[in-house]
Amino acid sequence: MVNLTINGIAVQAPPGTLVIDAAKKAGIEIPAFCYYEGYSLQAACRMCLVEVEKMPKLQTACTLPVGEGMVVRTEAAAVVKARKTTLEFLLTNHPLDCPVCDKGGECELQDMVFRYGAGESRFTELKHHVDEKQWSPVVFYDAPRCILCYRCVRVCDEGMGVGALGVVNRGVLSEIAPSHGDHLECDECGACIDICPVGALTSGTYRYQTRPWEMQHVGTTCTFCADGCKTTLGIRNEKIVRGNNRDQSGINGEFLCVKGRYAFDFQEHPGRLTAPLMRINGKLEEVSWSKALAAVAAKFSEVKSRGGQFGVIGSTKTSNEENFFLQKFARQGLGTANIDHRRSGDIVTLIDALAGKTDALGSVQDAYLMKASLVVGTDLAQEHPLLAFQLRANFRHHDSHTYTVAAGPVREDSYSVAQVRAAAGEEMAGVESLRDRLAKEPELLVLFGASVKGEALRKLVAFVGSLGIAKVKYICLMDYSNSRGAMDMGLLPDLGPGYKPVSAAGLALPDMMASTGLDVLWIVGANPLARHELKSTGAFVVVQEMFLTETAARADVVLPASSAYEKGGTVTSGTGEVQRLHSAAKTMGAKPDLEIMGLIAKEMKLNLGIWANANVFEEIRREVRGYNIPLPTIATGQAVQTSPLNGRVAVASRPDLIQPAGNTLFTSGSLGKYSKKLTSVMEYPGALYKPQY
Amino acid sequence: MTFSPELEKRIEKLLASYPSNRRKSALIPMLMYAQDETGYVTRELVEEVARRIGIPPVQVDEVVTFYTMLWRKPRGKYHVQVCTNISCLLTGGEELYEHTCKKLGLGHRETAADGVFSLEEVECMGACSWAPAVQINYDFYHHVTPEKLDQLIDDLKKVH
Amino acid sequence: MLYNEPSPLETRVLTRRFSLPNSASIDTALANGGYQQFLKACGMTQEQIIDEVKASNLRGRGGAGFPTGMKWGFLPRQSPKPKYIVVNGDESEPGTCKDRVLIENDPHLLIEGILIAAQAVGAKAGYVYIRGEYRYLIDIMEKAIDEAYAKGWLGKNIQGRGVDFDLYTHTGAGAYECGEESALLESLEGKRGQPRIRPPFPAVAGLYQCPTVLNNVETFCAVPSILEMGGKAWADLGIPKAGGTKLTCLTGHVNKCGVYELPLGFPVEKMINEVGGGIRGGRKMKAFIPGGSSCPVLKGDEAWPLTMDYDAMAKAGTMLGSGGVVIMDETTDMVKAALRIMHFYAHESCGWCIPCREGTTWLKKILTRLDRGVGTTRDIDLAGDLAKNMLGRTFCPLGDAAALPTISIVEKFRDEFEAKLRKVQVAVPAFPDSPLVVMQ
Repeated sequence: MVNLTINGIAVQAPPGTLVIDAAKKAGIEIPAFCYYEGYSLQAACRMCLVEVEKMPKLQTACTLPVGEGMVVRTEAAAVVKARKTTLEFLLTNHPLDCPVCDKGGECELQDMVFRYGAGESRFTELKHHVDEKQWSPVVFYDAPRCILCYRCVRVCDEGMGVGALGVVNRGVLSEIAPSHGDHLECDECGACIDICPVGALTSGTYRYQTRPWEMQHVGTTCTFCADGCKTTLGIRNEKIVRGNNRDQSGINGEFLCVKGRYAFDFQEHPGRLTAPLMRINGKLEEVSWSKALAAVAAKFSEVKSRGGQFGVIGSTKTSNEENFFLQKFARQGLGTANIDHRRSGDIVTLIDALAGKTDALGSVQDAYLMKASLVVGTDLAQEHPLLAFQLRANFRHHDSHTYTVAAGPVREDSYSVAQVRAAAGEEMAGVESLRDRLAKEPELLVLFGASVKGEALRKLVAFVGSLGIAKVKYICLMDYSNSRGAMDMGLLPDLGPGYKPVSAAGLALPDMMASTGLDVLWIVGANPLARHELKSTGAFVVVQEMFLTETAARADVVLPASSAYEKGGTVTSGTGEVQRLHSAAKTMGAKPDLEIMGLIAKEMKLNLGIWANANVFEEIRREVRGYNIPLPTIATGQAVQTSPLNGRVAVASRPDLIQPAGNTLFTSGSLGKYSKKLTSVMEYPGALYKPQY
Repeated sequence: MTFSPELEKRIEKLLASYPSNRRKSALIPMLMYAQDETGYVTRELVEEVARRIGIPPVQVDEVVTFYTMLWRKPRGKYHVQVCTNISCLLTGGEELYEHTCKKLGLGHRETAADGVFSLEEVECMGACSWAPAVQINYDFYHHVTPEKLDQLIDDLKKVH
Repeated sequence: MLYNEPSPLETRVLTRRFSLPNSASIDTALANGGYQQFLKACGMTQEQIIDEVKASNLRGRGGAGFPTGMKWGFLPRQSPKPKYIVVNGDESEPGTCKDRVLIENDPHLLIEGILIAAQAVGAKAGYVYIRGEYRYLIDIMEKAIDEAYAKGWLGKNIQGRGVDFDLYTHTGAGAYECGEESALLESLEGKRGQPRIRPPFPAVAGLYQCPTVLNNVETFCAVPSILEMGGKAWADLGIPKAGGTKLTCLTGHVNKCGVYELPLGFPVEKMINEVGGGIRGGRKMKAFIPGGSSCPVLKGDEAWPLTMDYDAMAKAGTMLGSGGVVIMDETTDMVKAALRIMHFYAHESCGWCIPCREGTTWLKKILTRLDRGVGTTRDIDLAGDLAKNMLGRTFCPLGDAAALPTISIVEKFRDEFEAKLRKVQVAVPAFPDSPLVVMQ
């Protein structure tokens, strides 16, 4: 450890620590714009200049490593003056249009001037002005506000691996420029907007919507892919106006992709269903909740009493509580084993193959920490942007080794130590070709896509197991925000909650659709008719849905459901992290699926327990293996990883049923189509964006 | 985009000058030599150079907008550059520049409609001991007086 | 070719082949001692070469004056990475035009200096970075390189000595900042000419993050004569602590402007009156810049008793700099001079850091007003104060280079600023339109 003194306080820090970080640890703030933890050093803003004894000039604390016996003063007269004058320089060409600037109120420049600057300016010349530019549907750039801290350039290049931003012109005319002359072709993730300390980069969804202090902030879990990012929704007058995660809480820190940041607008899509619909004389017509619920309950009771056939299909986006309650309803309330959902990853085989091992399922954190990663059969940056981000950060900060085995070029190729091309389903040969190199790794995280399933997955686990690597973890990649939870909760015809086999297996999803004998098909938050034909033409179809999807359009009763951003509960990410949902907004007329199911149960006079999230979650903790997790952690908005590896799975998985959606950055199954922002990004020239690796 | 065989040869030699994983080093010379042929850096040239080197176009934009000798709009066949920096200023550079403006009817970084001349007030061009100095394209002219400049321009007009 | 008559007072060491016919050709060089010192170096150890350069007291001729032998000594002896030689021929310091003369008249002297440096550190490749405006020098340099390859002075197994070395030219494209060594390396790597965070210095992590010797053209050109004469004898050409000769560019208001090779420690008075033939029109010298516009300006009276060397100039509060001497007689408008200098730095500021990017332009705007007589005494104070606020706080030395002349001119010639304030003759807009750097 190195000993130094900062403002008279004795500080110890490991060799190589930067003075700015050492000071922070000691509770001393050294102001900076360009310094940003985790990204390359710039020394451009000159705000962090400090006085160091025996050094003639002021030094930038962001580039100066601690030295033994160093005496640093961060509030010396010379330092205070330098800071003040730097801010004076900075404000010369800044427009000071704070009253209309999105950032006003949460602007680092405002804060900095308030704390360290001067209340007056000696600048009486004309300011340099250039007009604002729109770079994409979601990214706007106002050059005069830009203080050129280059955070956006770095987050895009180093963080996202995209490199769509650059610096053009020079001197006082310098500004940030997008990848293709006048427009951006990029991930549209908006990380540049978030990281911007001032209002230079603004968001297409948020700009001029509100003042920051007029918002409420609701931290919840993104409802799109299975990475489970926490997104903090900004709410103004009951309306979601912003998604970001500036407090760096959650498993994703401040990372969000285009979906987590912008695609919340599906919530207020005009197509949202706000009243139950019933088929009357062949047409769907709005009816009251009581009438609709009564009709559903009556039909369910009637079919149940005569021993008719039910089919129940659950969702990969509804909460664990909803999924658990649905399977309980199906199995205990309706007496059917015909329950399923659309599967996108062979977690069943993985759990079976790893049975008895503890600590063998990788987490989001592991992607950042493990010394080596093997990415098999997936385009991570397109399908799992958070995991891709974590792997890149791991490489950047820890020089980790990444191996890719995939059909096409992938973004990870640019920094991976080996790139093997292998067609989907034929990845094993590619993986085996890396045997010698992999065997030398002390740790390995294996991430695999949906093409690695069944026997291929068992082979992969056996192969990796044979390499003698001390620490190996696996991540089974899946599609949606609660794909993993749907499996864990037992939305399966042959496995109940916690992968416990059921006595008699029911019909799987395609079999239900192909069956001609269904009397009732109950679909909660899924859209199977987009891909399957319903052969039971006479079945009574009940659909709980946000939109009039292909499936809802065929229904006899449609019950309008709340979105994930309008309710509580928990979801489980693909990596097994259980996190809470928090209600951020309301849609008049819609109800959470759990409440709808509870009301149907009530109407049917079934006793399935209290249908409140907390009660159902208590039951999940008791019933579902791996879910006996500490409540306070979940309750405080953090994540806990479940690990259901405590035993073999008695039923073989059905690899043939694993049908991934193959989403890209800008698509997300049926739900993605209802986000105007996602579709606008696709329609923009940026949609030409073909990742060039 | 096609280049002349001479330029292709030069680019080939250029790319061979740097380690194979450092092709980006060729960027600035490639733009300069290509600009000599195309007159200025067109959007097409930006994309072409980006493609040849294997970098995103924004990295070419970064460079093109940084270096003053890379032009993003057409220049004249004869690009007249008058230095007014300190050593030239002391020896009449400013008056010479004003004279040239009048003579050509152009201002700083302007190009005549007929495309024959363009004018630029430049920073020190490294002819300080023989000031005031003028560069026309890459040719230096030392101890330039307004009369000498008139003669030069008139001669070029005749050639043209 | 030579653009001015040589002076009999010169000590012609680096320039000694200049007057020969076809001085740039390899035949002329070889017939007149060319490349012989490289052969000598082949018989020396790396330490011996570096020691000889250290003994010569050769200091970097680009402007900063860092001891060359010490700089070479910083390169790691053993390195898994290749080592490079990079020649800084981005001569852009206003008032300086000496490297141009060296390359134009004797490119083989430069190549020989490069080869010796390569021997001293074990480099196998080098680049000569030449500013874009000197395109004709690229042609001259490439011709010389081709000749050297043809005659076996470059390439594989040079002259059968088992030494390999490849040399290439690289053109700049118009950016003063690229004269700063780390910005030059960025430019050489195909990026914007913005300086790097240092340390690490180029000796450890230079071109492509490899150990690199980076020196000015004149510095390399001095090396062959150091080996020829021996470091000590070469040092004795100059004065203690500043060895050898320096190419000095007399510019401005002297009768015989030109580039002259003068020993270090040459008296200013003798330089102006005898080498330069006196001040134009027999006038008085009002101001003196010893080595390019980045140096603090001296009043004429301050300059006369000085000698042209590092310590004497430092003692007088300025720097020897690059050798670009600017002499201003009593007719000079110092406000305009200050404005023109700041115009240059505002134009050349790369924009990377805040104080330089914003400070140079702000100062340019104030000086523009003061030059037009639109201003108050507070503006004069402000100009001086802003320059001081830039000083020592910018990312690279360009900020200091912009601040120092302004501070010195405002302090030393304040009366001229005040006189202009009182001479407002015409209605000038309160906010004169002072176009910024118009790039396109």
